[in-house]
Amino acid sequence: MYEKDGRQYFVVDGHTHFWDARPENRNKYGEGFIACFYDYHKNLSPEEYVWPKEKYDRYPADGMVHDLFEIGYVDKAILQPTYLTDFFPGGFNTTEQDAEFAAQYPGKFIVNGAWDPRDGEDGLAELRRLNDTYQLQGVKLYTAEWKGSSRGWKLNDYWSYRYLEECEALGIKNIHVHKGPTIWPLNRDAFDVADVDHAASKFPDLNFIVEHVGLPRLEDFCWIATQEPNVYGGLAVAMPFIHSRPKYFGQIVGELLYWIGEDRILFASDYAIWQPKWLVEKFVDFQIPEDMQSELGTISDDQKAKILGLNAARLYGLDVPESMQVQAPKEEQAIGSEPVSVA
Amino acid sequence: MTDVADVLGALGGVRDPELDQSLVELGFVAGVECEGGDVAVRLRLPTYFCAPNFAFLMVADARRAVEGLPGVTRARVELADHFTAEEINATVQGGGGFVDAFPEHAADELDELRTLFQRKALMARQGRLLDAVPDPAAATLGQLEGPDADRCRELRRELGIAAVEDAPAFVTGDGVPITAADVPRFRRMTRLVSMSLEGNSGLCRGLLRTRYDLEEEVPNMIGAQLTTPAPAASGACGAVA
Repeated sequence: MYEKDGRQYFVVDGHTHFWDARPENRNKYGEGFIACFYDYHKNLSPEEYVWPKEKYDRYPADGMVHDLFEIGYVDKAILQPTYLTDFFPGGFNTTEQDAEFAAQYPGKFIVNGAWDPRDGEDGLAELRRLNDTYQLQGVKLYTAEWKGSSRGWKLNDYWSYRYLEECEALGIKNIHVHKGPTIWPLNRDAFDVADVDHAASKFPDLNFIVEHVGLPRLEDFCWIATQEPNVYGGLAVAMPFIHSRPKYFGQIVGELLYWIGEDRILFASDYAIWQPKWLVEKFVDFQIPEDMQSELGTISDDQKAKILGLNAARLYGLDVPESMQVQAPKEEQAIGSEPVSVA
Repeated sequence: MTDVADVLGALGGVRDPELDQSLVELGFVAGVECEGGDVAVRLRLPTYFCAPNFAFLMVADARRAVEGLPGVTRARVELADHFTAEEINATVQGGGGFVDAFPEHAADELDELRTLFQRKALMARQGRLLDAVPDPAAATLGQLEGPDADRCRELRRELGIAAVEDAPAFVTGDGVPITAADVPRFRRMTRLVSMSLEGNSGLCRGLLRTRYDLEEEVPNMIGAQLTTPAPAASGACGAVA
């Protein structure tokens, strides 16, 4: 919970990791991957929050709990597994590893699962097993993940639909989609979110949370989200711009509020790339820069409260104290609240 | 004899197709060496995992641009520090296409991808020109001027959209002129695309700076060498940045 000017905010960190990128658990691709992550961390964090690379490779469990819950104002954090076993042989962070870690801190974490359509029938059985063991409410999917000679997959593949049907049947409602630089076929734009559009139309009872609000394809994301009411935007990777490039952050938030509205935007730190403490503090203090307000409007405390935690709480069925709920009905409708035609 | 300034001039016309900005401005040119007509260029990107399709286009376009310079007898362009550097460098040097570089993973060449991003670039550029005329739906291309307008003309020609001066000034990505009723939504859409491209470009510049420990904003460094030839750029040999 974060408190500012007499108001209390319920905070859900929608995207966190407890990863293992130590040299003994990575090949040359894993080394490139974590180096790239580190550059994001270093480039967009305030200086006092930049870690040495060794700590970034593998940080202690109690350090993470300290950063999120003791100083970071987080009420509940979602662990999003990212297997990447072709880069990190023991797994970058798997469902099992996350669950083992979360079990030491009861009530703090939500453990999401993962699946990969290229695992076929075996993977479906594994998904059922994961669900039996961990009672999943959500899954994290990484479409650019390598598997042997494969360089990724799409959400509207035949086997992806089989897995989404299974999620529906098992009651796993929250599908977090993360795009990366490789996807089959390699000649197409890997960051394109059109496959999410197809899947979201076909599975209207599932929630599709597009991580990084589709960055670097914010425009494509906004466009599909206006048309699919079950598409949400996760703010991981967008959040840290609040420090290094506040005007750009203001543009992102202003556009998201305009196109998809305040009910479908979810806060996330992407820990350990960034830390919730400074993100939450800066977000609550944030306002769309004055010279942009005539076009983009402003952001209210109610809207911030929804983004910081209430929207995710709704998707994950979390109890939120009455004092932290938003009371007033919202005033304006976003574009996404009404059907729009393609320009 | 070709010198570094000639090569940088040619590379200045090569764009990152995703960002619609010059490789030189973006700081992607890590080094240029000339020996007589033999030119070697080294390119670098913001991350080890930048998308291989765009990376391929930049290397291939850069090689073509340098080869086209008078006096160049041999042009080599090497991409550095990238997960597909080996495949891309060998294929481009051998004159092959994207499918040759990634026979298992590519279903086609990159024309469609390039077109898609030319359309985005056109949207973004038009977004910055909307306020330059009183009535965008009635305006003609001839009424627009400046670097964004010039680039619009170029993009329209590349996309096969009429680029004569009395053609409608504002069109959708596939060339349909916008009507007065379209203007408000067109304004929002173009602004969104423009903001997205600028945002990505800012992130790329930042990551490049962090990755290579560069001290200042890349565009200023390179830009200065291009406009006022610094010692490194005026000699026959040298490296940039």
